[in-house]
Amino acid sequence: MQLSFIDYVVISIYFLFVISIGILLKRKVKSSTDFLGGQGGKNAIPLWITSLAFISANLGAQEVLGMAASGAKYGIMTAHFYWVGAIPAMVFLGLFMMPFYYGSRARSVPEYLSLRFDEKTRLLNAFSFATMTVFSSGISLYALAILLKVLLGWDFGFSVLLSAGIVAVYTFTGGLRSAIYNEVLQFFLIVLGITPLVYAGLRRVGGWSGMQAQLQPVMTHTWQYMGSANDNPMGIGLFGMVMGLGFVLSFGYWCTDFLLVQRAMAAKNMSAAQRTPLIAAFPKMLMPFVVILPGLIAITMTKMGGDFALPFKADGRMDYDMTLPTMLAHFYPSGLLGVGLTALMASFMSGMAGNVTAFNTVWTYDIYQAHINKNDTDEHYLRMGKIATVAGIIVSIATAYLARSFNNIMDLLQLVFGFVNAPLFATFLLGMFWKRTTGHGAFTGLLGGTASAAAVHGLTAAEGKGGWLLPGSMSPLHEFHSTMGQAFAIAITAWIVCFIVTVIVSLVTKPRPDEEMRGLVYSLTERPQETETRWYLRPVSLAAGVLAMTLALNYIFH
Amino acid sequence: MLDTLLDDLRFPIGLLFLIFSLILVVTGLILPLKPGADTNLNLFAGGVMGVFGLFMLVTSILAARASASGSEQH
Repeated sequence: MQLSFIDYVVISIYFLFVISIGILLKRKVKSSTDFLGGQGGKNAIPLWITSLAFISANLGAQEVLGMAASGAKYGIMTAHFYWVGAIPAMVFLGLFMMPFYYGSRARSVPEYLSLRFDEKTRLLNAFSFATMTVFSSGISLYALAILLKVLLGWDFGFSVLLSAGIVAVYTFTGGLRSAIYNEVLQFFLIVLGITPLVYAGLRRVGGWSGMQAQLQPVMTHTWQYMGSANDNPMGIGLFGMVMGLGFVLSFGYWCTDFLLVQRAMAAKNMSAAQRTPLIAAFPKMLMPFVVILPGLIAITMTKMGGDFALPFKADGRMDYDMTLPTMLAHFYPSGLLGVGLTALMASFMSGMAGNVTAFNTVWTYDIYQAHINKNDTDEHYLRMGKIATVAGIIVSIATAYLARSFNNIMDLLQLVFGFVNAPLFATFLLGMFWKRTTGHGAFTGLLGGTASAAAVHGLTAAEGKGGWLLPGSMSPLHEFHSTMGQAFAIAITAWIVCFIVTVIVSLVTKPRPDEEMRGLVYSLTERPQETETRWYLRPVSLAAGVLAMTLALNYIFH
Repeated sequence: MLDTLLDDLRFPIGLLFLIFSLILVVTGLILPLKPGADTNLNLFAGGVMGVFGLFMLVTSILAARASASGSEQH
């Protein structure tokens, strides 16, 4: 891919704006809450911004590049990650869980765990989350540097330092607000930068009907081939999709991941916090048309022959990861190519900044203030938040280099984080809706769920992965059709084990008095008073609208 | 008013997309189409970004004016 002078101008202007936003917001940072985030207050962030930041925090490289790749590989079935694997969970978060996060006055998700359960459960969650965020940030940085090397021939070290440096400037100066503002800017850039590609691509392949004519029917239907794992390229059956992705993984991610919840908690009041994920759900349900359709268009054009084809890897398999960059290079002229590439870079940097700002909050509030230095001045915690930001970026850079040298270590880390995250939603569900749940129950349940996740991975196999607990001569207890199917089964098992262990241990340990759990458990908490007077903007009305539209999309593409 | 404008995210977003729009429209008018292309994508994207950028910019300026006149009345 060859960039022209004008493309570099576009990229430079974007970097200038991103840094300027951070510097302009510096004057608003006067306390640790301004920098690390907290609830409401004079510096509360408008609802439209928290809503777009909520989905932008998830609109990282994995989504933009990964979903286009999945679109080319699996077809429109990839939209399940939105219409099944995101929207219902976002609605649940807005209607049922946000009142506890916001109403408890917790500054973070681990802090809610401390209020509801105990310090050991908070520390377990805070430590695993903090570690996971800095490593995820480093992996984002690594992937961006590799992409820039492949596409533009940029030096790995230069790409890493340039991207990390820009993220460092705007997160260090403006804190969470700056990260959120830039996420919104990046959202518009990604949408407006990639939409012309969809437009041009659809014209080339003859629209949706043209793709239907060229591709196998399984590529253009979401539900029709879900009866059996053998019938679709994902290798997932209906139960695995609905229970694994639609419930355990989706609710576990969207309802408990602090990186996302933090954006809603920055809203001005309870009603706005509840509406943040609900309003975010509207653009979220349309994102498949921006990030998945390019993949379908690319595979259609490859089948049509002519002047476009997806590239192949060295081992002869199609390189789906290059779907979006190949499409950009094919369709975009100078100028727009710069915008498209900027959108890609923005998605990587948005992912990194989101992770760094969530890391500095959890480190400062849930590890440093809770366990290392409890009673210091706010100025001190603000300084610590800034130090954590720089430290987070340095660890991310180190991780990027580590990933380059030992790619398997990164795969292993991501696997272990998956084990830790899989059972989390059971803990939150029981904690919020069953007052009998105890801290010992929650902690033991989390450990049990994590151990069971590791056991399922170690005893089963898929596409040559897993089975590491078995002696060499023994065959796996079950062979999955795909690693995705295996991941869903791991999540389901971890969730069930965590749920059962938490219930059993809670029943044999002493519960906390009701008075201590007001505002933390559903049955002991008054329903929040709705402050929004317009009926169509109330959380319940928004939720109904979101679900109706999602059902319609599922039906149209079934 | 400038302070209010700088606090409003719509202002930098509008400004950025207007600049991008200008670059794309000018590039679209100057450069020939890519071989095999049937649409001037630079012109198309520049137009869309221009409308969006203008909308964000105008709404932020109107909001800043309203805020300034509100504080004058107080």
